[in-house]
Formats: sequence, C-alpha cells, structure tokens
Amino acid sequence: MSAPNKSYDPVEVEALKPEEVARMRDEALAAIAAAADLDALREAKVAHTGDRSPLALANREIGALPPHAKADAGKRVGGARGQVNQALKVRQEELEAERDARVLVEEAVDVTLPYDRRPAGARHPLTTLGERIADVFVAMGYEVAEGPEVEAEWFNFDALNIAPDHPARTMQDTFFVEGPADGVESGIAPRAESGVVLRTHTSPVQIRSLLEREPPLYVICPGRVYRTDELDATHTPVFSQVELLAVDEGLTMADLKGTLDHMVRALFGEGLRTRLRPSYFPFTEPSAEMDMVCFACHGESVGNPDRPCRTCGSEGWIELGGCGMVNPRVLTACGVDPDKYSGFAFGFGIERLLMFRHNIEDMRDMVEGDVRFTLPFGMEI
Amino acid sequence: MRAPLSWLREYVDLPAGETGRDVAAKLIDAGLEVETVEQLGTGLKGPLVVGKVLDIEELSGFKKPIRFCLVDVGDANGTGEPQEIVCGATNFRAGDKVVVILPGGVLPGDFRISARKTYGRTSAGMICSARELGMGDDHDGIIVLPPEHEAGSDAIGLLELVDEVLDIAVTPDRGYALSMRGVARETATAYGLPLRDPALLDVPAANALGHPVEVADPAGCDRFTARTVVGLDPDARSPIWLQRRLQKAGMRSISLTVDVTNYVMLELGQPLHAYDRASVGGPIGVRRANPGEKLTTLDGVKHVLDTEDLLITDDSGPIGLAGVMGGASTEIAEPARDPETGEALGTADVVIEAAHFDPVVIARTARRHKLSTEASKRFERGVDPDAASAAAQRTVDLLVLLGGGTAEEGVTEVVAPSARHTISMAADHPDKVAGTEYGRESVVRRLQEVGCDVYGSDELVVTVPSWRPDLTDPNDLAEEVIRLEGYEKLPSTMPKLPAGRGLTEAQRLRRRVGRALAGAGYVETLNYPFIGEAVFDALGLDADDARRDVLRLANPISDEEPALRTTLLPGLLAALRRNDGRGSHDLALFETGLVFRPREGEVTSPPPRLPVDRRPTDDEIAELNEALPDQPVRVAAVLAGAREPSGWWGAGHPATWADAVEAARAVARETGVELTVSRDQHAPWHPGRCAALRAGDRVVGHAGELHPRVIKALHLPERTCAMELDLDALAAAGDGQVTAPHVSTYPVATQDVALVVDAGVPAADVESALRSGAGELLESLRLFDVFTGEQIGEGRKSLAYALRFRAPDRTLTVEEATAARDAAVAAAAERTGAVLRGA
Repeated sequence: MSAPNKSYDPVEVEALKPEEVARMRDEALAAIAAAADLDALREAKVAHTGDRSPLALANREIGALPPHAKADAGKRVGGARGQVNQALKVRQEELEAERDARVLVEEAVDVTLPYDRRPAGARHPLTTLGERIADVFVAMGYEVAEGPEVEAEWFNFDALNIAPDHPARTMQDTFFVEGPADGVESGIAPRAESGVVLRTHTSPVQIRSLLEREPPLYVICPGRVYRTDELDATHTPVFSQVELLAVDEGLTMADLKGTLDHMVRALFGEGLRTRLRPSYFPFTEPSAEMDMVCFACHGESVGNPDRPCRTCGSEGWIELGGCGMVNPRVLTACGVDPDKYSGFAFGFGIERLLMFRHNIEDMRDMVEGDVRFTLPFGMEI
Repeated sequence: MRAPLSWLREYVDLPAGETGRDVAAKLIDAGLEVETVEQLGTGLKGPLVVGKVLDIEELSGFKKPIRFCLVDVGDANGTGEPQEIVCGATNFRAGDKVVVILPGGVLPGDFRISARKTYGRTSAGMICSARELGMGDDHDGIIVLPPEHEAGSDAIGLLELVDEVLDIAVTPDRGYALSMRGVARETATAYGLPLRDPALLDVPAANALGHPVEVADPAGCDRFTARTVVGLDPDARSPIWLQRRLQKAGMRSISLTVDVTNYVMLELGQPLHAYDRASVGGPIGVRRANPGEKLTTLDGVKHVLDTEDLLITDDSGPIGLAGVMGGASTEIAEPARDPETGEALGTADVVIEAAHFDPVVIARTARRHKLSTEASKRFERGVDPDAASAAAQRTVDLLVLLGGGTAEEGVTEVVAPSARHTISMAADHPDKVAGTEYGRESVVRRLQEVGCDVYGSDELVVTVPSWRPDLTDPNDLAEEVIRLEGYEKLPSTMPKLPAGRGLTEAQRLRRRVGRALAGAGYVETLNYPFIGEAVFDALGLDADDARRDVLRLANPISDEEPALRTTLLPGLLAALRRNDGRGSHDLALFETGLVFRPREGEVTSPPPRLPVDRRPTDDEIAELNEALPDQPVRVAAVLAGAREPSGWWGAGHPATWADAVEAARAVARETGVELTVSRDQHAPWHPGRCAALRAGDRVVGHAGELHPRVIKALHLPERTCAMELDLDALAAAGDGQVTAPHVSTYPVATQDVALVVDAGVPAADVESALRSGAGELLESLRLFDVFTGEQIGEGRKSLAYALRFRAPDRTLTVEEATAARDAAVAAAAERTGAVLRGA
C-alpha cells in the first residue's frame, strides 16, 4: 500500500479554505436572497451553482487533496453546496408562488357580468302541471289514455248517459262541428247535425278506454277540452282537464275518497284531505263535488278575520271538481258487466288548479302565450 | 230556487236560533247546492210603522210636486199627535195606509232619519217606498198598504223585512227541489224533524161538471186537472205576505190571479196556468202542433210552431205552448173597476190548469223557441204528477180566500194510467257502493225518509215517490242512502292496482320534445285552434292547398274564426306578433298540438246514432271514427329577432332559417330520426330559404324563413322564421332503438378538404357524396367553412370539410387516410362537379 502524498500541502489550495468556502457560500446565499424575481434567481443559480460557479470549481479541487484532507474538504464544500441548493429551492418556490399569485390577480375578471347569451326557454305550466298530475297516478299504476279532440257525440254524450234531450246537454255549451248539410238555412234549430263536436270534457276518452281494454282498468286522461265561453279573466273556451277512471271488481266510494286524498297530498303536501259533497252528473251515480282543504291556510282562515286567506277566500276549502261512482249505464254502453264491475271517476280543470296553486289572477295569462308569463315556470312544475 | 227561511219554517219546526247559514250547511251536506244566503233587512232599524194619511197639503213653487202630510202613527211617536211629513210621491190619497219611518230610525244603506227642514217645512220622518226598504226596486212611488192594517203598528214584521233567503242551484236531477215543498223535505230530513207537507190537501173527486178537456196526446200529457173559479173581486189585490214571498223568491207581483198561480208553483213545484174563461172557446185540448201553425205567447212573441211542439188549444186553435208559456189571447186581465163608472172590468172567471207534461217534449220546445221559463225549467227536470190536483186545489182555495171568488163544483181530471216505478235492490248494495257498512235498517230508514215505500229483507223492493222521477236505478237509491248518511262519513281507502306500464313511447316522446325545445331556448305556447280562412291567403297558400280544407264550427266563438286549424303556424305567429307588440322582440316560441284534417272524400251523412244499452260492435265504432277528421300531433316553432344577443362577449346573431332547421333537427333527434334536408318551395316560406324535411322518403315538415309577403301580410317582425313537423309521422319513422357504436381506441386521422362547387349546389348533396365516397373508414365529417369571393370565381362557392378517419382494428397509415379522402373527393366531383380548391 503506498503512502499518501505527503508533499502536498492543503493550505496551498486557497479555495478550499474553510473561510473561503464560507465566503462563497454566503455570497451565493446573499445572491439568492437578493433575487427579486425568477429571472434574477435563474442568474443567481447559474452564477452560484453552475459549472463555472466558485463552489463548483472548489469542488473540483478536492480531488487534488491528500486523502486525509479530502474528506474534510468534501464535507465542507458539499455542506455549502447543499445549503445553497436548499436556499435556491426555497427561493424558487417563494418566487413561483409570488408569480402565480400575481398572475391569478392579473387574470381576475368581473364575474358579475351578465351572460344571457343563450336565452332560456320554458314549457307551458299547463303542460307541466298536467304531467305532474299524471305522474302521481302513473306512480300508483295508472296509465295515461288519450283521445281525439274532435269527437263523435256518441262518445262525448250518449255513452256517458247524457241522452239527446237531457238537461245536462244544455249545462255544457258545446261547439258543434258543421256537417255537410249545414250552412244551409235549417230553420230554428241552431245545432248542427254532423254528430261531431269539440269534446266538452275528457270523459269520451274514458269511453274509448273502456271499449278498447278489459277491466281492471285504471287510466288517467289529461287533455284539452272546449266549451263556448268567451275568454275573460275566469273563462276560456279552450281549457285543460284531467280525468281519472278506475273500473275493477269491488271498487267503492271509499276507494275514490282515498285516491283523492292521496292525490292532494302528493300535489299539495302532507296533512291535506278532501271533502265530498253530493252533486249530480249523468255519468256518475252517486256523484259528488270534491273540495280540498286549502293548502295555503289549512282552513285556519275560517272565522279568523285577522288572517284572511286569498287562496280560498277564507272558506277553508278549495273546489277541485266533480267525481263519483261510474254510472252502471255507462258500463253497460261499453259492454262492461255492471253486476261484476264497479268504478269511480273524477275530473277537474287544470287551469283553475294552476291559478290557485300559483296565484294567477287572470285566465288570459295562460292563453295569450306571453313569454314573460311562461318563462319563470321553466321545465317542471 | 230562492227559499226564504221564514217560509221554510212554515213546513219544518226548525230550532228557533237556527240561522240561514246553519240551514245552508245542512242542505249542502245533503246535496243541495246553496250558493248564497242573502240577509234581508240588515241595517234596518225602526221605528218603522203603519201610518194613516190624514191630510195632504200640496206645496207649490217647487220643480216637482211636493206634499206636506199629516200622518196618524198611533202612539208610535210617543205623543199620539199626527206626524208632519214632507213627501215627494203622489201615488196616495188621504185615508191611505202607508209605511212611515220615524226620526231615530235607520234605513238600509245607513240612511239615518231625523226631523229636518225641507221645502220650507219640518219633516219628522219619511213615508217609504219599497226600494228604500230594500224590498226590491220594481215599484213606483211609496207603498200603499191594504186598509186593514192599524196605524202605529210595526211595519218591519208586517212587511217581513228581516229574513234570510237561501239561493239554491238545483241540479238537473232534483226537479222537486225547485219548490218550497222539496226544499222543506230535505230540510226536515237533514234535521230529523217532521215535515208538514203542503201538498196534503183534501181534493174533491173528479166529476163531469168541470171545464171540458180533451187530451189527444196522453204520452205528452199524462195528467190534466182543470178547475174554475168565478166572480173574482175586481178590487182584490195580493196581500202583503204573498207579495213579499214572491219578491223574496225573485218574482214580481203582477195581479192576484197570476201571483197565486206563481205562489203555488213556488210552494208545490207544480207549474199552473190560469185562462180567462171568457176568452176560451169550447173544450181545452192538448195536442201536437200542425205544420205551419202559429202562436203569439204572453210575452208578445209570435212563434212558428214545430210539429213536435205540444199545444194547449181551444176552438180558436193554439192558446198556449204546453208547459212553457201561455198564449196572449187568453191572458188574464187584471180585475179592475172603471174609474168613471165603477163598473167591474177584466177577468172575473178563470180556468186553472194543473197538468203534467213529458220532460223531453217540454225541453225540446223550450230550447226550440228559446223560451226558458219557470214552468219549462220545472217540467224539464220532472214535476210530481201526483201533486197536480193538490196544486189546483191550493190555487182555488187561495183565489176564493183572497180574491173573493167562488169555486165551481166541476173538477176535470184527465189521467193516463201509469204505475209507480219500483226498483229491486240488494239491501247491502249501498254498503257495497260506499265501501262501508250501514246495515239494512239504516238503508230502509233513509229510503223511507226520501219518500220511498220499501219491502223485502235481503232483496228490497223500493217504490219511489212520485216527485222523484230521477230515481230509476239501484245506484240512485244508493246515492240517497249515502248522502243522507253523510258523504263526510265515507272511509278513505286505496284500491289495489295491477302493476302499470308507465307512459307510452308517444307520451314520453312528447315530453322529450318539449324539454328539447325549451332547452334550446324556445318558450311553449298553447294557442286556440280557431282560425279564420283569411289567414290562408295571408300565408300565401295555393287555392288547392290541402291545408285550406278545414272543418268549420256551427257555433264559433267568433265569426272571424269559425274553422279549426290545419297547421299550427297561424296560432304561433299570432302569439309571436302579440309578444312583439308587447315589447319582447327576441322571440322563440313552440307549440305541440293537434291539427284537424278532414278525411279524403265527401262525408255525406252524420255518424250513426248508436244505442247505449249494449256495447256497439267494432264495425259501429269504426263507423263513428270515420266521421272524425284526422287529428295528427304537430310540433311547430317560430322565431324572430336575435337568436343570440350581442353583448360584452361580442356580436350575437339574428334568428335565421338555419335556427328553424336546427329546431326541427332537435325534435327529430328525440325520435331517433336523422332528418334529410332538401331545398323546397312551400308556402308560407321564402322560396329561396325553405327546407323540406324528410324522414326516410317521407316529407314530415318544412323549415326556413317566412316569405316576405307573408311577413308583411301578418305584420310579423322582419325575417321571421318557422318550422312545422308532423310528430306522429316522425315518431313512426324512428324505431327508437339505438344500436351502440363500436368505439375504436386507435388514433384518428384527420384530413381537411376545400371543395369548390357552383353556388346553387346544395351542401347536403356535397356532404352525402363525400360520405358515400369516403367509405367505412370515415368516422365523422363536418363542414367548417363556406367561402365565396373573387378567388373562387363568380357563381361558385368553396366548402371546407374536416374528415376524420379511423379504423376499428388498426392505426391507419397516411396512405390509407389519403386514399379514403381522395375517394370522397372523387365522389363529390362526380356527383356535384366539385373541384378541390387550389387543384
């Protein structure tokens, strides 16, 4: 084993002197600390850690040292470089963070600027309310049935136990379609003889359903209907109805009541119920008017002048529509055995429901198609 | 039916404190629709007394006659001295009894009475008119009372000024409730109290001495009672109580005889008619009208009669429309005296008719002659035939009592034999209908309360009362039981439904279409389907355009719009114009709805009148359906103004033909159909900006910009655009079933080409040629630029496409992609004359 080169004097290597290494390190650290931006830091990095930097050069000198001095010097220089690199890294992160923050600030925009670039559309609330109601019943197992709006009198009247001269036919003022023989002066009778009308209710759809399907039959029939009322704040000659028909073995008025109660809860909230009042419709027997407890005041406005209710006029109840047990004559006309099957039915106008549900005061708003009325209702109701 | 509570109490001993509202609530529960309870005499405060006019001094010098009166009010004024009252009415004489309100009293409308100076005198009170007392406004001048009332006695009670009136909307099945008797029956049942039936009268047996009656049509008239009263006192007037009851029930007092017939009708529900016997020649007849016969009714209207009309006749011909209105020729004249001679004038002898007519006959006659009268309203809904003789008797009694007449011995009764209607019903049927248990005993009791005779145990045999012709079926009886037991007692249960299948594809499609269009910025409108045919001219439709073939209404709301729409556009465009007029200018509207297209070929006869006692056959149903027009579902959209507004983000763009086409595509996408677009000329669209939309080979609609002439004619915003699609046809074309594509993970190869073609070549043709030429490797193709300009040449345009190629199983080489592109270009060149730009 050869002896170390004892002729080499470490003191001769100026750059590896402890004080010199410390000076180079301090200079580097000062330059790094003084770097105001990433460019300056890059320069400092090149100057103090690059190949030609004093510490790099000093490091190269280590190889020339005698073995006993190498470790010492290596430690010294390595420590210094490590400190510089660490400082660089820290400063780099600091400056990057500063830059990022500055860029984000510079990129800030006014997020309150309106962006009505793609104008919104909307569906008509009568459509969506009809769907909402249908969905309540579809969830129970009902199916949605539909039929023509121009309808044969037999479907609209006769099959529903509304005989040609029944006073009920004058209760509903019907649009008659002109027949081929009309338009000729036909004396005093104002009625057309076409046998075809604009349906006055969606009940003909019930008849069509009964003719097309076998019981058990559970259908809900939403649709447009027509009566000869002039348009004003509370009337329209064209309006929307929802009717329900259930025909099965053993159906009762109690089932009708339960179904109505369920509907008003599904549409207006828990805790509500309905009330039936005796009434008359040719197609149901027994018949009833149905009311629901006012969803707005829950009946608390009755006899309470301090808390008047606009929705129900402080009556506590809201009139919904008519209902009853399907008249067995209707079943007979549709070929359904009334001794085996019974049924219930109800119907109401969607316009009225929409009006009191959404505080609409004028029927014309629903008719005229003003976008300002429809837009707030959006896609669903 | 207006039912005064005071009158009702005559038949039912209601608890003393029971108010009109209380009674109304009970009646509503029992099924009588009480619409309002009118409070009479609220705000009225006495002293209001009978006064006797002692002396009248006519004051002169005023614009109108003024009287200064001395009126004896008994002790009502505390002094017993005559009261000095100034009065502006002149319809009274010294000695007359009048109604006086004294100082301290208050008339309705918070009109406080005090002694005050007027016309130079002090007036200590007021002589009242009917209007001032809130009794109605059909009297001129002040009230002159019959002489028998004592001066100083209370007039509030005398005139029955304080009362409550129940106004009841009677449903068509409840004819009996158009009478006090019927309302009282329901009231008695509701309170569980006995009823004093006013129809329970002793009626003399029929004999041959009465006025002769010949009924030629027993089906139309199954009962006719005639009675005669003679020697009516010419001075007789309706007493106050009778007048007041008529007033409260909403009828005017006319004369004693007419008032009595009206009163008995209100009381018993039986319409009556009184004939002036002196004007009736020969027997009274009942028959149908002969062709061409005419009759002038009491209201002075001359009617040409229909052979279905049922008539009352005498030797002269028709003297009345049976059950509707009497004729003018036999009208009762008010009994009176000639003021000069004191001789009795007018009608002294009357023949009373109490008959029963067929409801349908009366309904048809009333409707035919537009004569809805108190009588016809009752006959249409059903009158108690068994009450006819009682009603005649009641009329006779009142005329004898109040009119000083004498009842003649003769009693004519023409009665067609009829059996009372009976219904068999299982005793538990009401339970089964209601879904609760009443038990046989309750069922029988309730039916008896209605007036039925009930026999049997498990199977009941129920004879319905004569006043309830509406009770024909077991369910009618069930309703009676359930309503009297109370609808509010019904339980609330849920039926057990079989599982449902949800919405149909067509129903879901309509919802999707609505959402898709609303999502694309369109607002739904629901327009009336009524149109005027002038709109077809405005839309520029050809004379033979199928859309001009419309259904018309016999009774439209407006004669301007008597037809039903064959296209959705008129309604939508009207809504667009309305919105524009109201200041909304950037508009996009849509509608989904039916249009009505008469079927091919002339319809010559109305659909058959099918029976209702059995199911019609399938052929019969088909025949009915053939009488109806086609009613396809359409969807249409219109737009105007800016489709995208300009803003801080830059320029927007106006609504164009392309937006209309895109709306159609958005709808078609929901059906799974890729629309094929081609150029078309179709009204009401701009001939150069109209697209025909096809699903497969079938044209399902059109889209584009409207013709400028149409825009002008309909006053629409400039450049209004529209699309209309037959949704049914579109849905039929789409199979709805999406086949999942194979998603290749190999890289895409993109190639752009710019092709120059003649300006008239549709881009759709170029695209379809590129697609067919590119072959299976083409993944997608997109037109990204259209350029015209000098470099391209006059009458030419450059179309720039980005083609993306990809293979399912490998990375395409440049050569492969280029070859596919070249093939695409070659196909375009061959089919459309396209030249690669720069080539």
